[in-house]
Amino acid sequence: MEEGRGRALRALDYMWGGWGAASSLLLLTALWEAGHAAYGTLVLPSPRDTVASLWDMSAAGKVLPAILETSRNALGGFLSATVAGGILGGMAGASDMMRRLLQPIATLLLGIPAIAWVVLALLWFGGTGAAVSFTVLITTAPIVFAGAAQGARTLDGSLRRMARSFRVPATTLIRDVYLPHMLSYLFPALATGLALSWKVTVMAELLSGAGGIGDGLAVARVQVDTVKAMAWVLAVVGLLLAVEYLMLEPIRRHLQVWRREMPGSGDIQAGGF
Amino acid sequence: MAGLEVTGLGHAFGPQPIVEDLSFSLPAGSLGCLIGPSGCGKTTVLSMIGGLIAPGSGRIDHAFRHPVFVFQDPCLLPWRDARDNVAFGLKATDMDRKTRRSRAERLMEAVGLAPEDHGKFPHELSGGMRQRVALARALAVEPDLLLLDEPFSALDVGLRRQMQSLLRRLIAERDLTALLVTHDLAEAVRLADHILVLSPSPGRLAASHTLAEPFAARDDGFVHCMVNRLLADPATAQALAMET
Repeated sequence: MEEGRGRALRALDYMWGGWGAASSLLLLTALWEAGHAAYGTLVLPSPRDTVASLWDMSAAGKVLPAILETSRNALGGFLSATVAGGILGGMAGASDMMRRLLQPIATLLLGIPAIAWVVLALLWFGGTGAAVSFTVLITTAPIVFAGAAQGARTLDGSLRRMARSFRVPATTLIRDVYLPHMLSYLFPALATGLALSWKVTVMAELLSGAGGIGDGLAVARVQVDTVKAMAWVLAVVGLLLAVEYLMLEPIRRHLQVWRREMPGSGDIQAGGF
Repeated sequence: MAGLEVTGLGHAFGPQPIVEDLSFSLPAGSLGCLIGPSGCGKTTVLSMIGGLIAPGSGRIDHAFRHPVFVFQDPCLLPWRDARDNVAFGLKATDMDRKTRRSRAERLMEAVGLAPEDHGKFPHELSGGMRQRVALARALAVEPDLLLLDEPFSALDVGLRRQMQSLLRRLIAERDLTALLVTHDLAEAVRLADHILVLSPSPGRLAASHTLAEPFAARDDGFVHCMVNRLLADPATAQALAMET
Protein backbone atom coordinates (compact mmCIF):
# COMPACT_ATOMS: atom_id res chain seq x y z
CA MET A 1 0.00 0.00 0.00
CA GLU A 2 2.67 2.42 1.20
CA GLU A 3 4.95 1.23 -1.57
CA GLY A 4 2.24 1.75 -4.22
CA ARG A 5 1.60 5.30 -3.00
CA GLY A 6 5.30 6.11 -3.10
CA ARG A 7 5.54 4.79 -6.64
CA ALA A 8 2.50 6.82 -7.77
CA LEU A 9 3.94 9.97 -6.20
CA ARG A 10 7.27 9.40 -7.92
CA ALA A 11 5.52 8.91 -11.28
CA LEU A 12 3.56 12.14 -10.73
CA ASP A 13 6.76 13.93 -9.80
CA TYR A 14 8.37 12.66 -13.01
CA MET A 15 5.45 13.81 -15.16
CA TRP A 16 5.39 17.20 -13.44
CA GLY A 17 9.09 17.51 -14.30
CA GLY A 18 7.97 17.24 -17.96
CA TRP A 19 6.63 20.83 -17.80
CA GLY A 20 10.15 22.11 -17.28
CA ALA A 21 11.38 20.17 -20.31
CA ALA A 22 8.40 21.39 -22.40
CA SER A 23 9.09 25.04 -21.47
CA SER A 24 12.72 24.80 -22.47
CA LEU A 25 11.78 23.19 -25.81
CA LEU A 26 9.20 25.93 -26.46
CA LEU A 27 11.81 28.58 -25.69
CA LEU A 28 14.14 26.97 -28.23
CA THR A 29 11.34 26.98 -30.80
CA ALA A 30 10.80 30.70 -30.17
CA LEU A 31 14.51 31.36 -30.78
CA TRP A 32 14.31 29.27 -33.94
CA GLU A 33 11.37 31.40 -35.17
CA ALA A 34 13.37 34.56 -34.39
CA GLY A 35 16.32 33.19 -36.37
CA HIS A 36 14.01 32.48 -39.28
CA ALA A 37 12.62 36.04 -39.15
CA ALA A 38 16.14 37.44 -39.19
CA TYR A 39 17.80 35.27 -41.88
CA GLY A 40 15.00 33.98 -44.11
CA THR A 41 13.87 30.55 -45.30
CA LEU A 42 16.97 29.52 -47.24
CA VAL A 43 19.18 29.76 -44.15
CA LEU A 44 16.67 28.78 -41.48
CA PRO A 45 13.15 27.71 -42.44
CA SER A 46 10.40 28.51 -39.94
CA PRO A 47 9.33 25.85 -37.43
CA ARG A 48 5.87 25.78 -39.05
CA ASP A 49 7.26 25.09 -42.55
CA THR A 50 9.57 22.44 -41.13
CA VAL A 51 6.74 20.65 -39.35
CA ALA A 52 4.58 20.91 -42.48
CA SER A 53 7.38 19.43 -44.58
CA LEU A 54 7.87 16.59 -42.07
CA TRP A 55 4.12 15.99 -42.21
CA ASP A 56 4.12 15.88 -46.03
CA MET A 57 7.08 13.48 -46.12
CA SER A 58 5.36 11.27 -43.51
CA ALA A 59 2.16 11.27 -45.58
CA ALA A 60 4.23 10.26 -48.61
CA GLY A 61 5.49 7.27 -46.62
CA LYS A 62 9.12 8.38 -46.48
CA VAL A 63 9.68 9.10 -42.80
CA LEU A 64 8.60 5.94 -41.01
CA PRO A 65 10.66 3.55 -43.19
CA ALA A 66 13.66 5.89 -42.77
CA ILE A 67 13.24 5.94 -38.97
CA LEU A 68 12.93 2.15 -38.91
CA GLU A 69 16.02 1.77 -41.09
CA THR A 70 18.03 4.16 -38.91
CA SER A 71 16.81 2.44 -35.73
CA ARG A 72 17.76 -0.96 -37.13
CA ASN A 73 21.25 0.21 -38.05
CA ALA A 74 21.76 2.02 -34.74
CA LEU A 75 20.36 -0.72 -32.51
CA GLY A 76 22.14 -3.50 -34.43
CA GLY A 77 25.48 -1.82 -33.85
CA PHE A 78 24.64 -0.78 -30.32
CA LEU A 79 23.49 -4.25 -29.21
CA SER A 80 26.65 -5.83 -30.64
CA ALA A 81 28.67 -3.15 -28.82
CA THR A 82 26.81 -3.90 -25.58
CA VAL A 83 27.54 -7.61 -25.81
CA ALA A 84 31.18 -7.22 -26.89
CA GLY A 85 31.96 -4.26 -24.63
CA GLY A 86 30.11 -5.79 -21.68
CA ILE A 87 31.85 -9.17 -21.87
CA LEU A 88 35.33 -7.78 -22.55
CA GLY A 89 34.86 -5.05 -19.93
CA GLY A 90 33.71 -7.62 -17.36
CA MET A 91 36.83 -9.66 -18.11
CA ALA A 92 39.06 -6.60 -17.87
CA GLY A 93 37.49 -5.67 -14.54
CA ALA A 94 37.91 -9.16 -13.12
CA SER A 95 41.49 -9.77 -14.21
CA ASP A 96 44.44 -7.38 -14.08
CA MET A 97 46.14 -9.12 -16.96
CA MET A 98 43.09 -8.76 -19.20
CA ARG A 99 42.83 -5.10 -18.25
CA ARG A 100 46.43 -4.48 -19.19
CA LEU A 101 45.81 -6.22 -22.51
CA LEU A 102 42.49 -4.62 -23.42
CA GLN A 103 42.64 -1.12 -21.95
CA PRO A 104 45.16 0.27 -24.50
CA ILE A 105 43.06 -1.10 -27.35
CA ALA A 106 39.91 0.55 -25.95
CA THR A 107 41.78 3.85 -25.51
CA LEU A 108 43.11 3.62 -29.07
CA LEU A 109 39.64 2.91 -30.50
CA LEU A 110 38.16 5.81 -28.52
CA GLY A 111 40.78 8.12 -30.00
CA ILE A 112 39.92 7.36 -33.65
CA PRO A 113 37.27 9.81 -34.90
CA ALA A 114 33.92 8.27 -35.86
CA ILE A 115 34.18 9.82 -39.33
CA ALA A 116 37.41 7.89 -39.97
CA TRP A 117 35.59 4.68 -39.13
CA VAL A 118 32.81 5.61 -41.56
CA VAL A 119 35.34 5.95 -44.37
CA LEU A 120 37.03 2.64 -43.50
CA ALA A 121 33.68 0.85 -43.10
CA LEU A 122 32.57 2.11 -46.54
CA LEU A 123 35.75 0.73 -48.06
CA TRP A 124 35.34 -2.61 -46.30
CA PHE A 125 31.58 -3.18 -46.47
CA GLY A 126 30.44 -0.85 -49.29
CA GLY A 127 27.42 1.44 -48.89
CA THR A 128 25.29 -0.98 -46.87
CA GLY A 129 23.62 -1.14 -43.45
CA ALA A 130 26.50 -3.38 -42.32
CA ALA A 131 28.93 -0.48 -42.76
CA VAL A 132 26.70 1.72 -40.59
CA SER A 133 26.24 -0.91 -37.87
CA PHE A 134 29.97 -1.63 -37.85
CA THR A 135 30.77 2.04 -37.34
CA VAL A 136 28.32 2.21 -34.44
CA LEU A 137 29.79 -0.97 -32.92
CA ILE A 138 33.37 0.21 -33.10
CA THR A 139 32.64 3.71 -31.74
CA THR A 140 30.35 2.72 -28.85
CA ALA A 141 31.96 -0.56 -27.69
CA PRO A 142 34.89 1.20 -25.95
CA ILE A 143 32.42 3.30 -23.92
CA VAL A 144 30.48 0.21 -22.80
CA PHE A 145 33.81 -1.53 -22.15
CA ALA A 146 34.95 1.24 -19.81
CA GLY A 147 31.68 1.13 -17.82
CA ALA A 148 31.66 -2.65 -17.52
CA ALA A 149 35.34 -2.77 -16.52
CA GLN A 150 34.81 -0.15 -13.84
CA GLY A 151 31.72 -1.97 -12.54
CA ALA A 152 33.45 -5.35 -12.35
CA ARG A 153 36.62 -3.88 -10.83
CA THR A 154 34.84 -2.11 -8.00
CA LEU A 155 32.72 -5.08 -6.86
CA ASP A 156 32.75 -5.02 -3.08
CA GLY A 157 34.66 -8.05 -1.77
CA SER A 158 32.92 -7.91 1.59
CA LEU A 159 29.46 -8.22 -0.04
CA ARG A 160 30.66 -11.23 -2.00
CA ARG A 161 31.97 -12.77 1.25
CA MET A 162 28.68 -12.06 3.01
CA ALA A 163 26.69 -13.67 0.17
CA ARG A 164 28.97 -16.71 0.22
CA SER A 165 28.54 -17.05 3.98
CA PHE A 166 24.78 -17.44 3.46
CA ARG A 167 25.39 -20.01 0.72
CA VAL A 168 22.91 -18.33 -1.63
CA PRO A 169 22.65 -19.84 -5.13
CA ALA A 170 24.70 -18.39 -7.99
CA THR A 171 21.59 -16.87 -9.62
CA THR A 172 20.86 -14.87 -6.43
CA LEU A 173 24.51 -13.82 -6.24
CA ILE A 174 24.35 -12.48 -9.80
CA ARG A 175 20.88 -10.89 -9.54
CA ASP A 176 21.13 -9.37 -6.06
CA VAL A 177 24.83 -8.63 -5.66
CA TYR A 178 26.72 -8.42 -8.97
CA LEU A 179 24.13 -7.04 -11.39
CA PRO A 180 22.84 -4.05 -9.36
CA HIS A 181 26.40 -2.97 -8.72
CA MET A 182 27.49 -3.45 -12.34
CA LEU A 183 24.40 -1.60 -13.59
CA SER A 184 25.21 1.51 -11.60
CA TYR A 185 28.37 1.81 -13.73
CA LEU A 186 27.15 0.14 -16.89
CA PHE A 187 23.86 1.99 -17.31
CA PRO A 188 25.32 5.51 -17.69
CA ALA A 189 27.78 4.06 -20.20
CA LEU A 190 24.96 2.34 -22.08
CA ALA A 191 22.87 5.53 -22.14
CA THR A 192 25.81 7.53 -23.48
CA GLY A 193 26.58 4.77 -26.00
CA LEU A 194 22.99 4.63 -27.21
CA ALA A 195 22.78 8.41 -27.68
CA LEU A 196 26.04 8.32 -29.62
CA SER A 197 24.73 5.41 -31.74
CA TRP A 198 22.00 7.57 -33.33
CA LYS A 199 24.38 10.36 -34.20
CA VAL A 200 26.98 8.03 -35.69
CA THR A 201 24.26 6.16 -37.59
CA VAL A 202 22.89 9.32 -39.25
CA MET A 203 26.41 10.42 -40.15
CA ALA A 204 27.35 7.03 -41.61
CA GLU A 205 24.06 6.82 -43.54
CA LEU A 206 24.62 10.28 -44.96
CA LEU A 207 28.00 9.28 -46.33
CA SER A 208 27.13 5.75 -47.40
CA GLY A 209 23.71 6.32 -48.94
CA ALA A 210 22.57 3.18 -47.13
CA GLY A 211 19.06 4.52 -46.56
CA GLY A 212 17.58 5.88 -43.35
CA ILE A 213 17.40 9.42 -42.03
CA GLY A 214 21.00 10.16 -43.04
CA ASP A 215 20.21 9.31 -46.63
CA GLY A 216 17.21 11.66 -46.53
CA LEU A 217 19.51 14.43 -45.30
CA ALA A 218 21.97 13.72 -48.11
CA VAL A 219 19.20 14.03 -50.71
CA ALA A 220 17.97 17.29 -49.13
CA ARG A 221 21.54 18.63 -49.30
CA VAL A 222 21.88 17.74 -52.99
CA GLN A 223 18.57 19.49 -53.69
CA VAL A 224 19.62 22.47 -51.51
CA ASP A 225 16.26 22.00 -49.74
CA THR A 226 16.82 23.51 -46.28
CA VAL A 227 13.21 22.89 -45.25
CA LYS A 228 13.52 19.17 -45.94
CA ALA A 229 16.92 19.02 -44.23
CA MET A 230 15.43 20.66 -41.13
CA ALA A 231 12.47 18.27 -41.28
CA TRP A 232 14.88 15.31 -41.17
CA VAL A 233 16.77 16.91 -38.29
CA LEU A 234 13.43 17.27 -36.51
CA ALA A 235 12.69 13.59 -37.15
CA VAL A 236 16.00 12.48 -35.66
CA VAL A 237 15.64 14.80 -32.65
CA GLY A 238 12.13 13.46 -32.05
CA LEU A 239 13.53 9.94 -32.15
CA LEU A 240 16.27 10.83 -29.66
CA LEU A 241 13.83 12.53 -27.29
CA ALA A 242 11.47 9.56 -27.45
CA VAL A 243 14.28 7.13 -26.64
CA GLU A 244 15.60 9.34 -23.84
CA TYR A 245 12.36 10.17 -22.07
CA LEU A 246 10.19 7.14 -22.80
CA MET A 247 12.88 4.50 -22.42
CA LEU A 248 16.09 5.60 -20.70
CA GLU A 249 14.77 8.01 -18.10
CA PRO A 250 12.15 5.63 -16.60
CA ILE A 251 14.77 2.85 -16.43
CA ARG A 252 17.25 5.27 -14.87
CA ARG A 253 14.71 6.30 -12.24
CA HIS A 254 13.82 2.69 -11.51
CA LEU A 255 17.49 1.75 -11.07
CA GLN A 256 18.21 4.76 -8.88
CA VAL A 257 15.37 4.34 -6.38
CA TRP A 258 17.81 3.10 -3.75
CA ARG A 259 19.87 6.26 -4.08
CA ARG A 260 16.98 8.47 -2.95
CA GLU A 261 18.09 11.21 -0.55
CA MET A 262 21.71 10.29 -1.06
CA PRO A 263 23.98 13.30 -1.41
CA GLY A 264 23.90 14.39 -5.05
CA SER A 265 20.93 12.21 -6.02
CA GLY A 266 18.57 15.17 -6.45
CA ASP A 267 19.56 15.92 -10.01
CA ILE A 268 20.06 12.67 -11.80
CA GLN A 269 22.10 13.40 -14.89
CA ALA A 270 20.69 12.45 -18.24
CA GLY A 271 22.79 10.23 -20.48
CA GLY A 272 23.06 13.24 -22.74
CA PHE A 273 23.09 13.54 -26.47
CA MET B 1 24.99 -31.53 24.19
CA ALA B 2 27.90 -31.53 21.71
CA GLY B 3 29.47 -28.20 20.94
CA LEU B 4 32.41 -27.04 18.92
CA GLU B 5 35.69 -28.93 19.07
CA VAL B 6 38.78 -27.48 17.40
CA THR B 7 41.88 -29.67 17.37
CA GLY B 8 45.36 -28.74 16.12
CA LEU B 9 43.99 -26.15 13.69
CA GLY B 10 46.50 -24.44 11.42
CA HIS B 11 46.43 -22.14 8.41
CA ALA B 12 48.98 -20.21 6.40
CA PHE B 13 48.71 -17.53 3.72
CA GLY B 14 51.65 -18.40 1.49
CA PRO B 15 54.73 -19.12 3.58
CA GLN B 16 53.40 -17.05 6.50
CA PRO B 17 51.64 -19.18 9.18
CA ILE B 18 48.62 -17.29 10.53
CA VAL B 19 47.24 -19.87 12.96
CA GLU B 20 49.22 -22.79 14.34
CA ASP B 21 48.18 -25.83 16.37
CA LEU B 22 45.10 -24.17 17.86
CA SER B 23 42.88 -26.35 20.02
CA PHE B 24 39.86 -25.41 22.09
CA SER B 25 36.32 -26.52 22.75
CA LEU B 26 33.12 -24.57 23.20
CA PRO B 27 30.06 -26.22 24.79
CA ALA B 28 26.77 -25.85 22.92
CA GLY B 29 24.54 -23.04 24.15
CA SER B 30 27.44 -20.93 25.38
CA LEU B 31 29.09 -17.77 24.12
CA GLY B 32 32.82 -17.93 23.50
CA CYS B 33 35.07 -14.96 22.84
CA LEU B 34 38.21 -15.26 20.76
CA ILE B 35 40.48 -12.45 21.83
CA GLY B 36 43.97 -11.62 20.70
CA PRO B 37 46.15 -8.91 19.22
CA SER B 38 45.59 -7.68 15.65
CA GLY B 39 46.84 -10.09 13.00
CA CYS B 40 46.77 -13.18 15.25
CA GLY B 41 44.34 -14.95 12.94
CA LYS B 42 41.05 -14.50 14.84
CA THR B 43 39.03 -13.81 11.71
CA THR B 44 40.79 -16.67 9.87
CA VAL B 45 39.77 -19.08 12.66
CA LEU B 46 36.17 -17.86 12.43
CA SER B 47 36.20 -18.24 8.63
CA MET B 48 37.50 -21.80 8.92
CA ILE B 49 34.84 -22.73 11.48
CA GLY B 50 32.14 -21.22 9.25
CA GLY B 51 33.47 -23.06 6.19
CA LEU B 52 34.54 -19.97 4.22
CA ILE B 53 38.18 -21.13 4.27
CA ALA B 54 39.40 -24.72 4.32
CA PRO B 55 41.66 -25.49 7.31
CA GLY B 56 45.33 -25.92 6.41
CA SER B 57 45.71 -28.58 9.08
CA GLY B 58 43.84 -29.95 12.08
CA ARG B 59 40.16 -30.66 12.59
CA ILE B 60 36.97 -28.79 13.33
CA ASP B 61 34.18 -30.98 14.72
CA HIS B 62 30.69 -29.80 15.42
CA ALA B 63 27.12 -30.86 14.88
CA PHE B 64 25.82 -27.38 13.96
CA ARG B 65 23.84 -27.35 10.77
CA HIS B 66 23.45 -23.60 10.24
CA PRO B 67 26.50 -21.58 11.15
CA VAL B 68 26.03 -17.94 10.19
CA PHE B 69 28.26 -14.86 10.19
CA VAL B 70 27.83 -11.31 11.45
CA PHE B 71 30.68 -9.14 10.20
CA GLN B 72 32.24 -5.96 11.56
CA ASP B 73 30.91 -4.11 8.53
CA PRO B 74 27.17 -4.88 8.33
CA CYS B 75 27.69 -5.76 4.62
CA LEU B 76 24.16 -4.72 3.62
CA LEU B 77 23.19 -4.57 -0.05
CA PRO B 78 22.88 -0.81 -0.70
CA TRP B 79 20.23 -1.36 -3.40
CA ARG B 80 17.87 -3.38 -1.18
CA ASP B 81 15.76 -1.97 1.66
CA ALA B 82 16.16 -3.22 5.23
CA ARG B 83 13.40 -5.82 4.82
CA ASP B 84 14.93 -7.35 1.70
CA ASN B 85 18.38 -7.29 3.29
CA VAL B 86 17.09 -9.26 6.26
CA ALA B 87 15.36 -11.69 3.88
CA PHE B 88 18.50 -12.08 1.73
CA GLY B 89 19.90 -15.15 3.49
CA LEU B 90 16.54 -16.89 3.09
CA LYS B 91 17.04 -16.95 -0.67
CA ALA B 92 19.19 -20.00 -0.09
CA THR B 93 15.99 -21.78 1.04
CA ASP B 94 12.92 -22.66 -1.05
CA MET B 95 10.77 -20.19 0.90
CA ASP B 96 8.57 -17.95 -1.27
CA ARG B 97 9.00 -14.17 -1.31
CA LYS B 98 5.96 -13.44 0.87
CA THR B 99 7.04 -15.85 3.62
CA ARG B 100 10.59 -14.52 3.43
CA ARG B 101 9.41 -10.96 3.88
CA SER B 102 7.02 -11.78 6.73
CA ARG B 103 9.78 -13.62 8.57
CA ALA B 104 12.08 -10.65 7.96
CA GLU B 105 9.44 -8.35 9.50
CA ARG B 106 9.24 -10.50 12.64
CA LEU B 107 13.00 -10.53 13.07
CA MET B 108 13.33 -6.80 12.55
CA GLU B 109 10.87 -6.36 15.40
CA ALA B 110 12.88 -8.84 17.52
CA VAL B 111 16.06 -6.77 17.09
CA GLY B 112 14.20 -3.54 17.86
CA LEU B 113 13.79 -1.93 14.44
CA ALA B 114 10.67 0.26 14.24
CA PRO B 115 8.17 -0.60 11.45
CA GLU B 116 8.82 2.74 9.71
CA ASP B 117 12.47 1.72 9.25
CA HIS B 118 11.70 -1.57 7.54
CA GLY B 119 11.40 0.00 4.09
CA LYS B 120 14.48 2.23 4.41
CA PHE B 121 17.63 1.71 2.41
CA PRO B 122 20.92 1.14 4.26
CA HIS B 123 22.20 4.70 3.66
CA GLU B 124 19.06 6.01 5.38
CA LEU B 125 19.79 4.02 8.57
CA SER B 126 22.20 4.86 11.39
CA GLY B 127 25.23 2.67 12.15
CA GLY B 128 23.47 0.92 15.03
CA MET B 129 20.36 0.28 12.95
CA ARG B 130 22.45 -1.17 10.13
CA GLN B 131 24.10 -3.56 12.57
CA ARG B 132 20.65 -4.56 13.86
CA VAL B 133 19.61 -5.32 10.27
CA ALA B 134 22.74 -7.47 9.87
CA LEU B 135 21.92 -9.31 13.11
CA ALA B 136 18.30 -9.86 12.00
CA ARG B 137 19.56 -11.15 8.63
CA ALA B 138 21.77 -13.67 10.44
CA LEU B 139 18.95 -14.78 12.76
CA ALA B 140 16.46 -15.08 9.88
CA VAL B 141 18.07 -18.28 8.61
CA GLU B 142 17.50 -19.84 12.05
CA PRO B 143 21.16 -20.53 12.78
CA ASP B 144 22.40 -22.75 15.57
CA LEU B 145 25.89 -21.25 15.56
CA LEU B 146 26.53 -17.50 15.39
CA LEU B 147 29.99 -16.43 14.27
CA LEU B 148 30.48 -12.77 15.09
CA ASP B 149 33.52 -10.90 13.78
CA GLU B 150 33.91 -7.76 15.90
CA PRO B 151 30.31 -6.83 15.14
CA PHE B 152 30.11 -3.87 17.52
CA SER B 153 33.58 -2.38 17.24
CA ALA B 154 32.46 0.44 14.92
CA LEU B 155 29.66 1.54 17.27
CA ASP B 156 29.88 4.14 20.04
CA VAL B 157 29.91 3.01 23.68
CA GLY B 158 26.20 3.45 24.43
CA LEU B 159 25.12 1.71 21.25
CA ARG B 160 27.61 -1.07 21.83
CA ARG B 161 26.09 -1.75 25.28
CA GLN B 162 22.61 -1.92 23.78
CA MET B 163 23.75 -4.35 21.09
CA GLN B 164 25.61 -6.50 23.63
CA SER B 165 22.46 -6.83 25.77
CA LEU B 166 20.41 -7.59 22.67
CA LEU B 167 22.87 -10.28 21.60
CA ARG B 168 22.85 -11.98 25.02
CA ARG B 169 19.06 -11.88 25.11
CA LEU B 170 18.71 -13.35 21.60
CA ILE B 171 21.27 -16.07 22.34
CA ALA B 172 19.37 -17.07 25.51
CA GLU B 173 15.94 -16.92 23.84
CA ARG B 174 16.99 -18.94 20.82
CA ASP B 175 19.34 -21.34 22.55
CA LEU B 176 22.22 -20.43 20.23
CA THR B 177 25.90 -21.12 20.48
CA ALA B 178 28.05 -18.12 19.58
CA LEU B 179 31.70 -17.43 18.95
CA LEU B 180 32.61 -13.77 18.99
CA VAL B 181 35.90 -12.30 17.82
CA THR B 182 37.00 -9.16 19.63
CA HIS B 183 40.15 -7.31 20.58
CA ASP B 184 38.46 -5.67 23.56
CA LEU B 185 38.95 -7.60 26.80
CA ALA B 186 36.21 -5.59 28.55
CA GLU B 187 33.73 -6.66 25.86
CA ALA B 188 34.80 -10.29 26.23
CA VAL B 189 34.39 -10.09 30.03
CA ARG B 190 30.96 -8.50 29.67
CA LEU B 191 29.64 -11.07 27.21
CA ALA B 192 31.47 -14.37 27.29
CA ASP B 193 31.01 -17.65 29.10
CA HIS B 194 34.43 -18.70 27.83
CA ILE B 195 37.32 -16.42 26.90
CA LEU B 196 39.90 -17.91 24.56
CA VAL B 197 43.07 -15.82 24.41
CA LEU B 198 45.19 -16.16 21.27
CA SER B 199 48.91 -15.38 21.18
CA PRO B 200 50.34 -12.93 18.63
CA SER B 201 50.83 -14.31 15.10
CA PRO B 202 50.85 -17.20 14.48
CA GLY B 203 47.79 -17.59 16.70
CA ARG B 204 47.86 -20.33 19.32
CA LEU B 205 45.75 -20.71 22.44
CA ALA B 206 47.64 -18.74 25.10
CA ALA B 207 45.05 -18.97 27.88
CA SER B 208 41.40 -19.76 28.42
CA HIS B 209 39.07 -18.53 31.13
CA THR B 210 35.55 -19.52 32.12
CA LEU B 211 33.18 -16.94 33.60
CA ALA B 212 30.22 -18.24 35.56
CA GLU B 213 28.50 -14.96 36.54
CA PRO B 214 25.14 -14.41 34.86
CA PHE B 215 25.10 -11.62 32.26
CA ALA B 216 22.74 -9.48 34.33
CA ALA B 217 25.25 -9.41 37.19
CA ARG B 218 28.09 -8.11 35.04
CA ASP B 219 28.06 -4.39 35.78
CA ASP B 220 30.93 -1.95 35.20
CA GLY B 221 32.48 -2.82 38.57
CA PHE B 222 32.49 -6.51 37.77
CA VAL B 223 33.98 -5.92 34.32
CA HIS B 224 36.72 -3.70 35.78
CA CYS B 225 37.65 -6.21 38.50
CA MET B 226 37.59 -9.16 36.14
CA VAL B 227 39.71 -7.45 33.47
CA ASN B 228 42.33 -6.73 36.13
CA ARG B 229 42.16 -10.27 37.42
CA LEU B 230 42.60 -11.75 33.93
CA LEU B 231 45.51 -9.44 33.18
CA ALA B 232 47.16 -10.68 36.37
CA ASP B 233 47.48 -14.01 34.60
CA PRO B 234 50.93 -13.84 32.94
CA ALA B 235 49.94 -15.83 29.82
CA THR B 236 46.92 -13.59 29.16
CA ALA B 237 48.82 -10.37 29.85
CA GLN B 238 51.67 -11.44 27.59
CA ALA B 239 49.36 -12.41 24.72
CA LEU B 240 47.43 -9.14 24.94
CA ALA B 241 50.50 -7.00 25.62
CA MET B 242 50.13 -5.20 22.31
CA GLU B 243 46.57 -4.21 23.13
CA THR B 244 46.88 -3.13 26.79
